[in-house]
Amino acid sequence: MGAITHYFKSLMLKELLVGLSLTGRYFFRPKYTLRYPEEKAPKSNRFRGLHALRRYPNGEERCIACKLCEAVCPALAITIDSEQRADGTRRTTRYEIDLFKCIFCGFCEESCPVDSIVETDISEYHFETRGENVVGKQQLLAIGDRFEKQIAAARALDAPYR
Amino acid sequence: MDDLLLLAWTLAKILLIAVPLIVAVAFFTLAERKVIGWMQVRLGPTEIGPLALAQPFADTAKMLFKELVMPRNADRFLYILAPLLTLAPAFAAWAVIPFDQGVALSQIDAGLLYLLAMTSLGVYGVILAGWASNSKYAFLGAMRSAAQIVSYEIAMGFALVCVIVASGSLNIEKIVLAQAGNAGFFEWFWLPLLPMFVVYFISGVAETNRAPFDVAEGESEIVAGFHVEYSGAAFAVFFLAEYANMILISLLAAIMFLGGWLSPFQGWIGGFLGEPSFLWLFAKASIFAFCYLWFRATFPRYRYDQIMRLGWKVFIPITIVWVAVIAVLIVAKVVERGV
Repeated sequence: MGAITHYFKSLMLKELLVGLSLTGRYFFRPKYTLRYPEEKAPKSNRFRGLHALRRYPNGEERCIACKLCEAVCPALAITIDSEQRADGTRRTTRYEIDLFKCIFCGFCEESCPVDSIVETDISEYHFETRGENVVGKQQLLAIGDRFEKQIAAARALDAPYR
Repeated sequence: MDDLLLLAWTLAKILLIAVPLIVAVAFFTLAERKVIGWMQVRLGPTEIGPLALAQPFADTAKMLFKELVMPRNADRFLYILAPLLTLAPAFAAWAVIPFDQGVALSQIDAGLLYLLAMTSLGVYGVILAGWASNSKYAFLGAMRSAAQIVSYEIAMGFALVCVIVASGSLNIEKIVLAQAGNAGFFEWFWLPLLPMFVVYFISGVAETNRAPFDVAEGESEIVAGFHVEYSGAAFAVFFLAEYANMILISLLAAIMFLGGWLSPFQGWIGGFLGEPSFLWLFAKASIFAFCYLWFRATFPRYRYDQIMRLGWKVFIPITIVWVAVIAVLIVAKVVERGV
């Protein structure tokens, strides 16, 4: 009996029609596609994108060359050299991040005692020549200066959860 | 002088069929990408032109300017001949398609026979393409395609034999007229020939090497099958032939089983909707053309031995039985014979 009903079901193309009705319904569903450059998906305040070095409001750079970020970096993407400045404080002379090595884990940001190295929510950037992937201290500070408002706002929003 | 006029007039008519056909193929590719996209909850192409309507032209331009790469060990003559041999029958078959009563390039009494001949000839292009490319993937695709088309040709032929028995004519226009009557779409052949209608369309899908019977391309196993070694304009020709064949099969299904240009409301309501018109034919054919895309978005590719089983062990017996059934029905005057 089972064999006969199975035979008739397959002869009436039952399963094919079920499949067609499924795709037929999806035909009218709202689409998931995001038309990317025009539309963008919302980003978390904790989004980890391009790095930046921040300054204090008086213009003094925050980084004190403790090298915690260099130590914690799992991809060994950060290289730091430091020296004593004329006023007796310790500062970096070199602070480089190789963005090809970086895995954007955010450990550098977490380890920083003075909130100097941060990851901004910038995800759209590119390199045009070989070597540009290694970003130096001046570039990082410039990114920090340019996006300070954005960085501070994101950090303020996330503060209650830290 | 008269001969020249006739020649010019015929050429004009050929252009009147071929040019809209090529445009239809262009937009059919766009429709395919859109429909499949929508069924997969994507948008499909959106960028070029309003509603992406310029997309087919961008695709064509890209295709024509691409480099033609010929494999070093290819058989040059056959390699160039193959796409033409695929395209020519795909277009030649349109000669006998009636778009409205009396509107056909040529009305021959053995029109259906001519159609079957032309649609079967397309396979030689596929086989030659696979052979001439001198590539094992292309060859495998050609072998698969050859066996498949030959198998489904039989089921398709028998399905059409039922149409011939029911209509009593090989002339395609007479086949359509045999479906006319005062009961609207209940007069059409899809009702007495329902199993044949299904078998015909499924065989048509197999004939044109479309999903779920597209083992000749089988990109997951044999890259792109018979046309793997073709690029640029030569590939475009295969593409054009494939889509022209799809539209042809859609039109034929509408003509043979859904009453061609006849109105579905004939005899019920008057006015424009009750009148026969070529618009009805195109509307009916678009349903089948849409089904091609719908199938592709729905069904996974058949396994090769299953395709052969379906063709030889299921379709051919069903069609042979139905030839007998329809003959008995007509002799017993249950179904009225047209013409």
